[in-house]
Amino acid sequence: MKTACEVCGGEVEVPNDAIKGEIVSCPDCGTEYEVIEIKNGTASLKSAEEIGEDWGE
Amino acid sequence: MHLSILYDRLRWEEKALAEEANKIGLTVDLVDAKTCPLELVGDDISKIPFGDVVLERCMSHIRGLYYTAILEKEKIVINSFDVLLKTSNKLLTTLALDKARVPTPRTAAAFSLESALEQADRMGYPLVIKPVIGSWGKMIACLRDKREAEALFETREMLHEPLQQIYYLQEYVQRPPRDIRAIVIGDKLLTAIFRYQPEDDWRTNVARGGYAELASLEKEQEELILKAANAVGGGVLGVDAMESERGLLVHEINGSVEFKGASSVSTVNIPKAIAEYALEKAKK
Repeated sequence: MKTACEVCGGEVEVPNDAIKGEIVSCPDCGTEYEVIEIKNGTASLKSAEEIGEDWGE
Repeated sequence: MHLSILYDRLRWEEKALAEEANKIGLTVDLVDAKTCPLELVGDDISKIPFGDVVLERCMSHIRGLYYTAILEKEKIVINSFDVLLKTSNKLLTTLALDKARVPTPRTAAAFSLESALEQADRMGYPLVIKPVIGSWGKMIACLRDKREAEALFETREMLHEPLQQIYYLQEYVQRPPRDIRAIVIGDKLLTAIFRYQPEDDWRTNVARGGYAELASLEKEQEELILKAANAVGGGVLGVDAMESERGLLVHEINGSVEFKGASSVSTVNIPKAIAEYALEKAKK
C-alpha cells in the first residue's frame, strides 16, 4: 500500500501486514506517520506524535 | 483468558508480545491509550472490554502511569501503578533502592541552581546529571568541571519546566565500557545482557547505538538484581547495573522495558515469558 506524504508529497510505503498503531515514515523527508486504519487495501495515516521528554522504557 | 496490551506507539515489542500471547492461547487486543478515554467516576471501566489482565506498554511514562491508575480500579495491570511510579522517576527509584539496601551510585538532589552547584562541589567532578523522568539516555550529561555545570544548570533553569528544576546528580562511576541490563519477570531473572557503549558516546543505551552481548552473571550478582527488582515492587522489569570497584551498582530500573536488543542475543523467548507471566497473573 502506498500513500502520499503530507509534507513533501513523497511516496509512503505501508507494508501489507501493517496493523493499526504502527509507525511508517516517508523515505524522502523522514516524516513519521501512525497507521490509524486499514480498510479495503487502503491505509489511513496521521502524523505520529513527536518524541516526548517522558518517552522511553 | 483475555489480555489487553495498552500502547501509544506500536513497537516491535508490542507486536511480539501480541504474537506470543496468541500462541499460548490468550485472546489479545491492542488498546491505543491516545484514543480510548475513561470515565473516572462510576463503573465505566467495567463496561469497556479490557482483558482480564492489561500489559501497560505506553512509551510516554506519564500517559502509562495515569492510565494505569484508572485501570487499577477494576483490572490487574502489569506493571502496577506503584511500580510504575517508582520506576518512571529516577529519584524515587534511588530512594527505593537505598531503602532496600541495594548498592547504588552516590546520588543527590538539589532544588535550585545555586544549591546544585554547591552539591556538585561537595561530590566532585566528573559528575552525571540526569532528568528524573526520561529514558534512552536523553538529556543525561557528564559534567567534567564547574564551568560545564554552570552552563548546563543555567540552561535547565531557563527551560522553566518544573521537573528540570530538580537537579539529580550522580557520581560518575568508573566502569568498563559497558553496563548490565537484566530482564526480571516476577521472581525470576530471565536473561541478562551487557550493553556496550558506542565508540563516540559514554552512554550505553541501545537507543543511542550501544550494542548487546549475552551476559553470564554470578549468583551474587543475580541475587542483587532480584533484590533491586523487589525493591520497586517487582513485575516485568529491566534492571540496569554497573560493574564497579565496589561491586555491582544498580542505577536504574525500567518499568516498561524494551527488549528488542536483548532478544537479538538472548537464548530465551522474552515476549513469550512476559505473556506467560500475564496469563499466570490473570488466573490468580
